[in-house]
Amino acid sequence: MLAVLAPLAAPAGGAAELSGYLSFEPRVFFDAPLRPTQPDAGLSPAAVAAPEWRFDAGDGTNRFTLAPYFRVDVDDDERTHADLREAVWLRIGDTWVSRVGVGRVFWGVTESRHLVDVINQTDLVEDFDEEDKLGQPMLNLERWVGPGSLGVFVLPGFRERTFPERTARLSGAVPVAADAVGYESGAGSRRTDLAVRWYGALGGWDIGVSAFHGTSREPRLLPGLDSDGEWRLAPYYDVIGQVGLDVQYTRGAWLWKLEALGRRGHGSDFGAAVAGFEYTSFGIGGSGADLGLLAEYLYDGRGPGAPPTLYDDDWFGGVRLALNDAAGTAILGGVIVDGNTVLGILEGERRLTGTWKLEAEVRWFRGSDADDPLLAGFRRDSFATLRLAWYF
Amino acid sequence: MGKLMAFGALGLGLVAAAAASASAPLPDPAQPEARGRAIAERADRRDDGFGSSLTRLDMVLENAEGRTRTRRLTWKTLEVAEGDRSLVVFHEPRDIAGTALLSHSRPGGDDDQWLFLPALKRVKRIAAANRTSAFVGSEFSYEDLMPERLDDFDYRWLRDEACGEWSSHVIERRPRYADSGYSKQELWLDREALRLLRVDYYDGRDRLLKTLSASDFRIYQDRYWRAHTLIMNNLLTGKRTRLAFEPFEFGAGLDARDFEPAALRRLR
Repeated sequence: MLAVLAPLAAPAGGAAELSGYLSFEPRVFFDAPLRPTQPDAGLSPAAVAAPEWRFDAGDGTNRFTLAPYFRVDVDDDERTHADLREAVWLRIGDTWVSRVGVGRVFWGVTESRHLVDVINQTDLVEDFDEEDKLGQPMLNLERWVGPGSLGVFVLPGFRERTFPERTARLSGAVPVAADAVGYESGAGSRRTDLAVRWYGALGGWDIGVSAFHGTSREPRLLPGLDSDGEWRLAPYYDVIGQVGLDVQYTRGAWLWKLEALGRRGHGSDFGAAVAGFEYTSFGIGGSGADLGLLAEYLYDGRGPGAPPTLYDDDWFGGVRLALNDAAGTAILGGVIVDGNTVLGILEGERRLTGTWKLEAEVRWFRGSDADDPLLAGFRRDSFATLRLAWYF
Repeated sequence: MGKLMAFGALGLGLVAAAAASASAPLPDPAQPEARGRAIAERADRRDDGFGSSLTRLDMVLENAEGRTRTRRLTWKTLEVAEGDRSLVVFHEPRDIAGTALLSHSRPGGDDDQWLFLPALKRVKRIAAANRTSAFVGSEFSYEDLMPERLDDFDYRWLRDEACGEWSSHVIERRPRYADSGYSKQELWLDREALRLLRVDYYDGRDRLLKTLSASDFRIYQDRYWRAHTLIMNNLLTGKRTRLAFEPFEFGAGLDARDFEPAALRRLR
């Protein structure tokens, strides 16, 4: 594949740069599946290609970025997918910065849940943790306002959330039928959404204030019968309005974090928040390594008219160890607890050479329907992923 | 980047000190604190007015068996009255390519640092109490690399002696801030241009931990000396880290806004 793409890496004029990775990432499921229609594949291989080209006009004021993404998964045809993560022209003017094309944007400060981060749709087949995002068509204008920057986003076109194949792992107690999508907006997936955010740093404070009006990235999941008489969930995307706040106060070895939102359009108006801290003990024992402790409380006041969430009244606790060694070894362990329902997380990474890297991820589910029916649907889907990646 | 980028000068903070001019004699050796502070102030002033600089460098990590790993980075520095700012962007290793570290030094030593993580497009403020952490697996700690200020230390002149080919002052400085990895540092500065030639770092039990040596000095704009090779030797582990700098560019069209956290996500 690299040989095919190589001519793109050296266009005439300007500076071009190619980076990215290829990875092989088998997944191992520890338990037999929940539903009999799910094949019992204990080992599930997958591979990813994620190249990124950047073409710079030369003076640093114009740049075009092209970042496609490809995944092949042996056991999940929905997880086998391609996406255009970025195809965006960045122009840095004297007063305005503009981004036109397909891009990615991140808002927020907390670790266990990205509450206010609303621009990009979640690429849920990538990972359960909702951290992977699909590219979003956008016109973004940004300028300095006071000590920070104000960004306005016009978002033409909507990306549907991806869901695992109906017979695949991690498809929940009742699978989602991705082809039975409904929209509140008469324009369907062609509605143009709007968002705005100001972000700046003031002394020890990092503050982001945002607003969004448009089609919710979170669908409601409406139960129904498909043509074969099987239960399935149909995604339905409402139009919502939302205001968000993300704040971090940093002092000494402490980071204090808050994300909060208020939303209209998903049943009754409701608020949600994530608040917590991150404390790091630096250079432990004279070793140069860091040990961090993280704790966050997650609250979500949504009612039955809103999409379901795992994080209505939960605690997150975690420990992060970064050795700061030549191999960049780091380990993160954590749990999200909701009554008797537990989601355990273990992540580790280590560089093998300058270009190869090994990563491991474990997601461990324990739940009962009474505490959290949504998470309980995954109680047989605990898994470990081993990722061997080659960076170029 | 404090002493390392401005090697030949100490911290880059502009200090409105009522110090004697460069031509006046230094305080007498019988007043070692005043003499040490005066040497540090003069070295600091030598670097006043550089505005901004940009350089690329290789950071070569070498373990006790001689095996090496290389990091490649771009390092931008902006001179600011209340404390300098630096922006470091990694190019290698490739898995962290595009990762950037922005630092604002502040009076009193409580600095501000932000990371930009290109895979997530995320700007994250990190705790600047990380002075003792190793910088990306090297023998440099954050404390050794981040911008620093003259008033962050108490100084004392120790002696004058030869250091390699140079006649030099030797001064000691002890940090005034908390969280330092060192009880004291001993600095060798050449008497002619006050370039920083060598630093010895001592731990809390006054045990020598690390030695930094500088060479390959070049002068820019007839005024600003920069070392182009720096070697940090860790005496406890036998590991060392060598920094090999490309020529510095001064006034390279760097905008002060480029050193704001809100500008970080324009990098990728």
